[in-house]
Amino acid sequence: MAEIRVNPTRMELKKLKARLATARRGHKLLKDKRDELMKQFLSIVRENKELRLMVEAAVGGVYDSFNEAAAVMSPAVMEESLMLPRMEGELTVSPRNMMSVITPVFNFHLAPPGRDAANGAGGNNNNKTDADSGSDDAQSSDTSVGAINYGFAFTSGDLDSAVSGLNAILPDLIRLAEVEKAAQMLADEIEKTRRRVNALEYIMIPQLEVAIRGIVMKLDENERGNTTRLMKVKDMMVTKAITERRGRTE
Amino acid sequence: MYDLTQSLKTPDGKPWRIAVMGDRESVQGFMAVGFSVFETADDYEADAAQLRKLASGGYAVIFVTEDIAIRMSDIIAKYKSRTLPAIISIPGREGTTGYGMQSLRESVERAVGFANLI
Repeated sequence: MAEIRVNPTRMELKKLKARLATARRGHKLLKDKRDELMKQFLSIVRENKELRLMVEAAVGGVYDSFNEAAAVMSPAVMEESLMLPRMEGELTVSPRNMMSVITPVFNFHLAPPGRDAANGAGGNNNNKTDADSGSDDAQSSDTSVGAINYGFAFTSGDLDSAVSGLNAILPDLIRLAEVEKAAQMLADEIEKTRRRVNALEYIMIPQLEVAIRGIVMKLDENERGNTTRLMKVKDMMVTKAITERRGRTE
Repeated sequence: MYDLTQSLKTPDGKPWRIAVMGDRESVQGFMAVGFSVFETADDYEADAAQLRKLASGGYAVIFVTEDIAIRMSDIIAKYKSRTLPAIISIPGREGTTGYGMQSLRESVERAVGFANLI
């Protein structure tokens, strides 16, 4: 272990003691942060696991429906049907602060295509977005009915069930994205915090303690040396005084 | 100071979008629910360029099929610690390979030290 080399002075001792106090406080805080992060992480991971199992199963079902539809429809018609989105997906992202880890919160809604282009041209101010999100509620209820954007005449019923199945798992997909992102970011943060805690606990704090002990020992040694010297000098002075007095009396 | 509001806006000020990347049969259905669909070419460089473009260009969530997630895992790893985009693997048409669960387990192992908890 690399040691901290400093001059053995009271000034340095004072500085080192202050550093040790800071390191101890930081260690305690980081440990608390790690524990809290871990708590949140575990609950998020459990949710993530459940969502993932559910979404994976549901997506499999949707693929089956699409496959059935593809079997009875020509690829061209199928693609054409799917390619005509009356609605375009839009996502609003808001930040969520989780122990100073900024994770995104997603809010997905469908909007008619071209609307954002008009907004972009008109300058996207806050009032406008507020008004938009207000009208989105009405639209999303509309989209749940009108999620199917193609005519029914040339398409298979399997396609309808595939699309509505996909619509049904949409909230779960978005939630999965949100939760999985949070899990990834928290895992990263926990790893970092754990490293810091360990660095403080096993390297920084012991090093400071060793340095402080070294200085204290050195200072004590100096002190003892000083005392011995004083005693020695006093001894010499006493001897000298005695011999002088003896010389006078004789 | 890190500006929160700034970081959660798209580069061009338009709303965020959701992208899906994968082979044609797997992803074409997602067009119907308003996701932007990108078919992959069977070429690592082209797909990597595509993924990077999506990640820096107004897509907050990018769903990728598991085979792409496996192939692009080095690129995806770079985005893991960023707030956006969220690159999430979904099963491809062939069904799940368990990759999504495995990567979740890896996150847990990274954070906790062992993955027995889930």
